[in-house]
Amino acid sequence: MTALLSVRDARVHFPLTRGVLRREIGRVRALDGVTLDVAAGETLGIVGESGCGKSTLARCVTALQPVTAGRVLFEGTDVAALSRTGRKAFRRDVQIVFQDPYGSLNPRRRVGSIIADPLAVHRVASGEALRRRVRDLMDLVGLDPSHADRFPAEFSGGQRQRVAIARAIALRPRLLVCDEPVSALDASVQAQILNLLRDLRDELGLTIVFIAHDLPAVRYVSDRVAVMYLGRVVELAAAEDLHARPRHPYTAALLAAAAATDPAETGPIATGGGLPLLQGEPPSPAAPPPGCGFHPRCPRATPLCRREPPPLISRPGAPAHLAACHHVPEHAALPAGPEAGS
Amino acid sequence: MTGGGRGMTSGSAWARLRRDRAAAGAAATLLLIAVFALLAPLWARWTGHPCDAAFPATGLAADGTPRGPSREFWLGADPLGRDVLVRAAYGARISLAVGVLAALLAALAGTAAGTVAGYAGGALDALLARLMDTALALPHLLVAITIATTFQITSAAGSLALTVLVIAFFSFAALGRVVRGQVLVVKERPFIEAARATGAPAARIVVVDVLPNVAAQVAVLTSLLVPAAIVFEATLSFLGVGVRPPMPSWGAMLGEGGAAFRSAWWLLAVPGTLLLLTTLACNLLGDAVRDALGPERGR
Repeated sequence: MTALLSVRDARVHFPLTRGVLRREIGRVRALDGVTLDVAAGETLGIVGESGCGKSTLARCVTALQPVTAGRVLFEGTDVAALSRTGRKAFRRDVQIVFQDPYGSLNPRRRVGSIIADPLAVHRVASGEALRRRVRDLMDLVGLDPSHADRFPAEFSGGQRQRVAIARAIALRPRLLVCDEPVSALDASVQAQILNLLRDLRDELGLTIVFIAHDLPAVRYVSDRVAVMYLGRVVELAAAEDLHARPRHPYTAALLAAAAATDPAETGPIATGGGLPLLQGEPPSPAAPPPGCGFHPRCPRATPLCRREPPPLISRPGAPAHLAACHHVPEHAALPAGPEAGS
Repeated sequence: MTGGGRGMTSGSAWARLRRDRAAAGAAATLLLIAVFALLAPLWARWTGHPCDAAFPATGLAADGTPRGPSREFWLGADPLGRDVLVRAAYGARISLAVGVLAALLAALAGTAAGTVAGYAGGALDALLARLMDTALALPHLLVAITIATTFQITSAAGSLALTVLVIAFFSFAALGRVVRGQVLVVKERPFIEAARATGAPAARIVVVDVLPNVAAQVAVLTSLLVPAAIVFEATLSFLGVGVRPPMPSWGAMLGEGGAAFRSAWWLLAVPGTLLLLTTLACNLLGDAVRDALGPERGR
C-alpha cells in the first residue's frame, strides 16, 4: 500500500491564555497524537463526536493549520517544509469541502466566479476556456450551468454544497478532504450529496478523506473508517469490518446510537454489542482524563484504563483492524463473531 | 443585478431607499444646493456682480454698513459691498468640493489602513492601529491651526489642498478603525479559509473576498464623513486657517460676517442656512442608506 497521505503522531495544542500578558493557563489538545495513512484511490472515513478533533485533522491535512508536533506527509513530503512552488502544487493537489455551505461561499460573488476561483488562481484557464470549464464543472456536480450568474443566496443548501464541491474538484485534486460535507443538510439532500461524492470518486479516481459525525454516512462512502475520540484515533478498520465487529467500546456505542435512531436497522449492533447507549459528554480536550480518554464513560473501564493510555494496535487474526483499548473482547478478534456478550 | 435574500442586498436595499421619503427630501435638497453651486457664474452674470468684486457705491449705506436684501443685492451685500448670493454660490462650490474630496480621501486611506491592519494582523496591525489611535486622540483644531500657521501657504490651490489633507487625516482614523473591526469579522468567515485552501495569495483574497464584504459599511461611513468634513472646513475657514481670502466658502463667510451681524443678519443667515441644510441632508441620506442596508449591513 503506497500512502498518498501519511499522518504521523500529529498533535495540535492550542494554548489557553489569560490576561493582557497572555499567560498560558492550559492547553486544548485538539489533536493528540494521530497516526494514519490514506492510500491513493481509497476513501477514508473519519467519525467522532463534536470536539473530537476531526475538523482540526482536516485543517492539518490541508495545511490550513500547522501541527504543533508530528508530521503530515503528502506523497512522502512534509507539508510543513514545502517550498513556495511546492506549496502551490500542494494546493492544487489537495482540496477541501467545508461543512457549512452557507459560510464557505462568499455571498457577494456569483457562483460561476466562485467555481472558477481555483482555475484562475492557478492560471489553468482564462476567458472563454474558463467559462466553458465552469459550465462543465456545474454540469458534473448536477447544477444547471445557466445559473452561473446567480449568487449563493439564490441556491438551496444542497445546491450550495454542490457549488463547493465543484470548486474543490475544479483542479482535479489528487486528495479531496470533505469536512462534514452533509452535516448541515436535510436528510434527503444528504443522500444526494453522498451519491454525488461516490460518483465523482469513481469518475475522477479521487482519493477522499470523508469526515462526519454520522456513522451510516461514513460507512456509505468509505473503504476504511477511523473513529476519533478526544483528539485520538481509537479504532481504524475496513468499513464493513468496523460495523460488524467493533472492538472499541466507543465505536460500539456509536453504532448503538445510530441504530437507536434508525428503526430499520436491527440485529446485534442495535444493542450496542451489549453496551448501553453513551451517557454524558466527552471530557474537555483542555483537561483530558489520564490513561484512556474514554474511561470515564466506558463500562469496561478498569484501574489499568485509568492509568495507561492504550496503544492503537491490531490483534492476532486481523492485522488491518486497529483498536486502542486494553479490553478488546477475545471473540471480537474472530472473523465470525459479531455478538459481543457482556 | 437583482435578487434579494441573505447576503444580496443591493436590489432590496435600493427599493427600501427609494421608499424612504426623508431620504428623497434630503436627496432633493442636496441636488438643489449642487445646482445652485454649479450655476454660480450664472448668478454672477444676472446680478452683474462678479464673485470677488466690491460695489461700495451700491452695496453700502452712507454710514458704511452693508445694505440688506434688495432688487440690486438679492441676499444683501457684505461689509465690503460684495454680493452675498454670488459669494454663497461660489462658496458652495468650495465647501462641497472640499467636503467630498476630503471624505473620499479619508475613505480611501481609512479603508486601506483598516483592511491591511485587520487582515495582516501582527506588527503591521499594531503599527497602523496606533497610528489611527493617535489621529483620533490629537486635538484636531489645535493641530490644524498649527499646521496652517506653520506652512504659510498663500496660493488658493495650496490652501485648498492643505485643508483637504488636514481634514482627511483627522477623518480617516474613525473609518479605518471600523473597517479594521469589520475585516477581522470577515476574515474569520469560512469562505476566506476556502479561498486560502485554493492557494489564492493574500492580496487576491483581500480584493476579491474581503473588500466586497465591507464595501457597504464603507459607503455608509463615507456618506456620513461628507457633512463632517464640510463642517470641519467651515470651522477652519471661520478661524481663518482654511481657505485663503478672498476665496469664499461658507465657513469663511460666517467668519467675515461675524463682526457685522448685529446690523446685517443676512451675513450669517445665508451661509449658515446653507451649511445647516447641507449637513442635515447629508446625515439624513447617510442614515437612510444605513437603514436601507438594514439587518444585512453586517454581511
